[in-house]
Amino acid sequence: MIELDNLTKIFETGNGGVLAADHISMTVPSGEICILLGPSGCGKTTTLKMINRIIQPTSGRVFIEGEDTSGMQTEDLRRNIGYVIQQIGLFPNMTIEENITAVPRLLGWERQRCRERARELMDVIAMDPNLYLHRYPNELSGGQQQRVGVARALAADPPVMLMDEPFGAIDPINRAVIQDEFLRMQQQLKKTILFVSHDIDEAIKMGDRIAIFREGRLVQYSEPDDLLAAPKDEFVESFLGDDRALKRLNLVRVGDIVSPDIGTVRPGETLETARQRMDEFGYQLSILLVNDSNEPIGMVPRSVASVTRGYCRDHYQPVPATIHVEDTLRKATSLMFAEDTTWLPCIDDAGQVCGQITQRAMTRHLGSRFRSTTRAVAAAESEA
Amino acid sequence: MLANMLQRFGRFLVLAAVFAAGAWTYSTGFIDDFLWHWPDVQYLTVQHIWLTAMSGSLAIAVGIPLGIVLSRPSMQRVAESVMQVLNVGTTIPTLAVLALSMSFLGIGTVPAVFALFVATLLPITRNTFAGLKGISPALMEAAAGIGMSPVQRLFKVELPNALYVIFAGIRTALTINVGTVPLAFLIGAGGLGELIFTGIDLFDPAMMLAGAIPTALLAIAVDALIAVIAFLVVPRGVNPTLA
Ligand SMILES: Nc1ncnc2c1ncn2[C@@H]1O[C@H](COP(=O)(O)OP(=O)(O)OP(=O)(O)O)[C@@H](O)[C@H]1O
Ligand SMILES: [Mg+2]
Repeated sequence: MIELDNLTKIFETGNGGVLAADHISMTVPSGEICILLGPSGCGKTTTLKMINRIIQPTSGRVFIEGEDTSGMQTEDLRRNIGYVIQQIGLFPNMTIEENITAVPRLLGWERQRCRERARELMDVIAMDPNLYLHRYPNELSGGQQQRVGVARALAADPPVMLMDEPFGAIDPINRAVIQDEFLRMQQQLKKTILFVSHDIDEAIKMGDRIAIFREGRLVQYSEPDDLLAAPKDEFVESFLGDDRALKRLNLVRVGDIVSPDIGTVRPGETLETARQRMDEFGYQLSILLVNDSNEPIGMVPRSVASVTRGYCRDHYQPVPATIHVEDTLRKATSLMFAEDTTWLPCIDDAGQVCGQITQRAMTRHLGSRFRSTTRAVAAAESEA
Repeated sequence: MLANMLQRFGRFLVLAAVFAAGAWTYSTGFIDDFLWHWPDVQYLTVQHIWLTAMSGSLAIAVGIPLGIVLSRPSMQRVAESVMQVLNVGTTIPTLAVLALSMSFLGIGTVPAVFALFVATLLPITRNTFAGLKGISPALMEAAAGIGMSPVQRLFKVELPNALYVIFAGIRTALTINVGTVPLAFLIGAGGLGELIFTGIDLFDPAMMLAGAIPTALLAIAVDALIAVIAFLVVPRGVNPTLA
C-alpha cells in the first residue's frame, strides 16, 4: 500500500515559486495499478518523483506499507522501488544485459542468477535474448529501449513500481501487446504500481484506479468505471472526451448485465410451440434453438414458424453470433452492429446458453449511472 | 575511368617525387650526415619520452581527479572560476611557463617536467569536467532512481560515459606535450630539442631534422597509441565513432 499524505512541491525559480503539486493525498491499495492522468505540466511526474525522493517534497509525507519513508535510507528506499523514467535513461555504457541486471548487481546477486533473470525478463518484454542481450542501448529502437527500461525496473522484483509514461514511445500495435503482457504479469505479481499516462484509453485499460490531475491538484480519484460514469466537474468531463460512454463499453462485462430470461426451443418441439414461445417472450424475428445440453445450434425464424408445420430440428438457420459472458460490452456492440441485430445469446465457459444481452439493457446500464448522477446534482441544486 | 587514371597518374607522380628527393639527398650526402647523428637520436629520444611520460602521467594523475571534483554539484560555484583560471593559464606561452618555472626551480629535469605538466594539465581537466557535466540529466536520474550511491554513480555511470571525451583530452594533451618537450632543452633538461636548437644555431639542417623528424614521429605514435587504448577501454555503446 502506498499512501501520500498532503504531498506538496514548490519549485523555486527565478521569478517566484511554481506550485507543481498541491497537497496531494491519496492511497493506492496493495496489488493495484493507479494511473496518474492529466494534461502536460499538471504535476504527474513531480508527484511520482517525490515518492522515491528524486524530488524532495516541500512538505507532506509518503508511507509505503504503513511505514513513513522519510525515515528510510534513500538508497534502500529506491532499490525497493522499480522506477521507469519518462526519458528511458538506459546506461549507454552497459549492454542490455548489464542494464537489466543493474539493480540485482547492486543488491549483490550472484552472476548466474543475474544472467537467468535477464533472460526471463527478455521473454516478458517479448525480445529475443540471444539477439539483444549483448547489444548496447544505442543499437536498439526507441520502443525497444523503453521495454528494456521496464525490464530494468522489474529486475529485482520490487513490490512497488513507479512508471512514468513507460509505453509512450511504442507504436499502437506493440503498445497494446505490451500492455496486455504487462497486465498478465501483474495478475501474478500483484505489484503496487503508480503509472503516469497522458492517454485516457491506456488509463482505462491499465488502471484499477485513476487519479486526474489539474495544475498540481488532484481533482478526482476513482475507479475507471466510476470516473467515466460520474466525472466530478467540467474539466474532468472534457478531459475524458465526448465519447466517454463508449469508453465504458470496455469496462463492463457482458456478465454484468446479462438477462437470464431467454426463450429457447428444442429440436424435438414443433414450430407451433416455437411461434407461441416467440409471442410469449415478445421476439419479433426468431428464437434460439438449443440442443439437450443447452448449447446453441440455430435460429428458428418467425417467418418460417408461422406458415409451416413440422419440427424445429428441420427448420432452422445458423446462429449469427454468440457472446461469452466474460467479453466486454464493446465486443457485444460491435457484433450487434455487424450482424444487424438487437440482441445476442450469451454463453458461459461450458458453451451453454446462459441468457441474452440486448441493446436496450446496454443503453439502460450505461445511461443509468449518468441519470442517477445528473438527478443527484439537480436534487442538490434544488435543495440549495 | 578518367578519375581512376588520374589517381594512378597521381600515385606515380608521388612515387617519382619521393624517389627523386631520395636520390638528391643521397647525392648531397645528407643521409650520411643524418645517420651520423643516429646515436644521439637514440639517446635523446629516450630522454624525450621520459620527459613526456613523467609530465604526462603527472598531469593525468592530477587532471582527472581535479575534473571530477570540479564537476560535483557541490562545487558548482567554484568550478567556473577554477576553469577560468586554468583557461588563462594556457594562454601563457609554454616558453614563459618554462622561464617562470626555471626561476623558481632552477635548471634541469624538475622545472622542465613541472612546466610541461602545467601545459598538459588543462586539456585533461577541461575534458574530464566537460565530459562529466555533459552526461544527460535523465541518465543521472535513472542511476539515482535505481538506488546507486553517489560513488557508484560516479564509477558505474558517469566516468564510463565520459570516458570518450576524457580520452580525447588526454590525446590532445599528450600530443601537445610531445611537441613542447623540445623547449625543455632550453632549461637544460635534454630531449630531442638539443638536436633541433643546436642544428638551428649551427645552420646544420641535417642535425635539426635529426631532432625534428623523430619528434614528429613520436607525436604521431603517441596519438595512435592513445587512440588504440581508448578504443580498447571505452565501452562500445559510448564510442560515437562506432554508433
Ligand atoms: N525543476 C523544476 N523547476 C521548476 N519548475 C518545474 C521543475 N520541474 C517541473 N516544474 C514545473 O512543475 C509543473 C509540473 O511538472 P511535471 O513535470 O510534474 O508535469 P507532468 O504532469 O509530468 O507533465 P508531462 O505530462 O508533460 O510530463 C510544470 O509546470 C513544470 O513546469
Ligand atoms: Mg511528466
